Amino acid sequence: MPPPRTPTRPLHLAADIGGSPHYEARHYTALARLAERGTLDFVTLGDSFARPGLDALAVLARVAPATERIGLVPTVTTTHTEPFHVSSAVATLDWVSRGRAGWSPEVSTTEAEAALFGRRPAAPAADLWHEAREVADVAGRLWDSWEDGAEIRDEPTGRFIDRDKLHYVDFEGRTFSVRGPAIVPRPPQGHPVTVIDATAPEPRAAAVRHADIALVRAEDPAAARELREELRDRARAHGRDPERLRVLVSLPVQLHTTADAVGLATLIGDWYEQGAAEGFHLRPAEPERDLALLVDGTVPVLQHRGLLRRFYPGATLREHLGLARAANQYAHAGSPS
Amino acid sequence: MTKQMHLAAHFPGVNNTTVWADPRSRSQIDFSSFVHLARTAERGRFDFFFLAEGLRLREHKGRIHDLDVVGRPESLTVLGALAAVTEHLGLAATVNATFNEPYELARRFASLDHLSGGRAAWNVVTSFDAFTGENFRRGGYLDRADRYTRAAEFVATARELWDSWTPEGTPRPFAHQGQHFSISGEFTVPRSPQGHPVVIQAGDSGEGREFAASTADIVFTRHGTLEAGREFYADVKSRLAKYGRRPEDLKIMPGVTFVLGDTDAEAQEKAADIRRRQVSAQNAIVALEQIWGRDLSAYDPDGPLPEIDPDPESELVKGRVKVGDPFAVAAKWRALSEAKGLSIRQTVIETTGRQSFIGTPASVAAQLTEFVTADAADGFILVPHLTPGGLDDFVDRVVPLLQERGVFRTEYSGPTLRSHLGLPTPVRKG
Repeated sequence: MPPPRTPTRPLHLAADIGGSPHYEARHYTALARLAERGTLDFVTLGDSFARPGLDALAVLARVAPATERIGLVPTVTTTHTEPFHVSSAVATLDWVSRGRAGWSPEVSTTEAEAALFGRRPAAPAADLWHEAREVADVAGRLWDSWEDGAEIRDEPTGRFIDRDKLHYVDFEGRTFSVRGPAIVPRPPQGHPVTVIDATAPEPRAAAVRHADIALVRAEDPAAARELREELRDRARAHGRDPERLRVLVSLPVQLHTTADAVGLATLIGDWYEQGAAEGFHLRPAEPERDLALLVDGTVPVLQHRGLLRRFYPGATLREHLGLARAANQYAHAGSPS
Repeated sequence: MTKQMHLAAHFPGVNNTTVWADPRSRSQIDFSSFVHLARTAERGRFDFFFLAEGLRLREHKGRIHDLDVVGRPESLTVLGALAAVTEHLGLAATVNATFNEPYELARRFASLDHLSGGRAAWNVVTSFDAFTGENFRRGGYLDRADRYTRAAEFVATARELWDSWTPEGTPRPFAHQGQHFSISGEFTVPRSPQGHPVVIQAGDSGEGREFAASTADIVFTRHGTLEAGREFYADVKSRLAKYGRRPEDLKIMPGVTFVLGDTDAEAQEKAADIRRRQVSAQNAIVALEQIWGRDLSAYDPDGPLPEIDPDPESELVKGRVKVGDPFAVAAKWRALSEAKGLSIRQTVIETTGRQSFIGTPASVAAQLTEFVTADAADGFILVPHLTPGGLDDFVDRVVPLLQERGVFRTEYSGPTLRSHLGLPTPVRKG
């Protein structure tokens, strides 16, 4: 048996806490706390306007003060919403969680979803993902539209803010425009973390441009590694530093026994050591059951192998992920350099 | 039983109420500030916590207005988080009906109601402002008359959605066909703990009063003086019967400020000092420019009002509700300034304040009680001038006196905001 490789970077682990819908806060709070006990980087919560369930961002806002460290990543759809409201809500999730927010943009492709709003007909995924990319773009601009330190409280001049540190975004998209600046000052992480499921071609095109984390699905480590390389190449082609894109393999899991949990740890460890990905996003069939076994069975084995950290070294989701605070695209606007 | 008072706490926000330069003034954004004020309100057994909304930063003379507090987090998300750190306090968000859609907003409020165990409230506001519309898909085309019909249909549609699940907990299809919305499908959220989140409406105009009487659970008003309050109260309550509602089905709550001192004289002195700090020299000129619609930066804030007339066509101010006919306002200001010998800044201080209860804790408790027993209000939305500690003294010193007088609860009688307000759970329709 080969000795365990010492990884250069800790394995990233995340879990979905969706499952069948619940309508009480304590259900989701308990799951997020469980995941936090297992030092997972973040939890995801899916959403859609077309199936029973509470608003995912609202649920994770409710969870935020009941947790300390874990990242909180709701699905946020962009097709029938106002981009300005979306950027405000995600920024606010970052404020109330003190830097632990992410968001996972999604689109609504069905006629049934369109009928709930009655504003526009259903459209092809390619068009909607084009729009979702524009929403991600304008959200980033709005988050940057207040420079850090814009609030000055300068009593002699009576100025609460330095207006030179606030910026109009003047975004003109295909289906919407936004003047800006944001109402919400720049959130603690600069930009909350963007997570995109890069399985289908249209969201994959969005992921290589806008995602901090791309989720991929693969049958074996070699296929995952290939996908990861493709995503990194395409990110590079868009002028991005591929080191700032984390690729996580998204795996469905069902854990019935401790043996299952240990088996999952073996699989995760082996895939990771073969360079399949920088981490894993686990999608439990039954979160209450599976997460308990994951945290008490899988996590300790990975920690014992030296692959998974035993505590959170930082406070924000970006710190968990080893990602720097986002740079501000407007911060040097107007300066001579 | 003595008529009971309702109390709410407004998180001081984007206006010149906040004395942001005070050394005790903390962040308007950090969650800890919201936690402090909400927990203080809950310690005082308040009915609810109230957040305003901003959708576009105000501009003055074509530039972002920089003299008052600017920026705030998004209300529904903040309230979702506050639900985790409070148990009884109602959680009210101001959300615009013009720049939202009924399905999404009904879902967000129903979610908050579930996540808070029945404490959600929605302050419905409208806008017809193309300036604000520049941040939204919708733009700003809605005219003034349409915004009320849209808001009324919006609230009615939201209630159809809130009622759409069966008592057994399965979704039923809904279909709404109206002037502003034609939507159908299934709602994703079961009926919430309150049935319907509490609906708040600001209503000073005739249309607003009618809308409130037909639809709202609480009307939020600026009628602060005793006489104006009694007139408004009698008028709005008299409109309820034609909608099959009882006077107690709608609570009238003016937004008011307060200043406490150990003596009445000390409180008056503090109040005058606070007003001077709220209306800085720079702010006084801006307030003047907002009426006159002209650049008046050359005027001395401690000198007399300008002799030139307002420019009624001015586009100088954006993002703030217009205060009416500028000539009439200017004439009123001039008359006041002459009669009392007031400078520009003193005139602004005199004319821009809202109803304020000033005095010792005992005197403020007596004034508040008088308002409620004289049917000038059912309660108050208190707007402190400091964030987040501005309610501490009120809760520690005034609330116990109100409780001694028997006009305010000593414990919550139920878990939901409707139970605090004495409002019944709405009957399920359909």
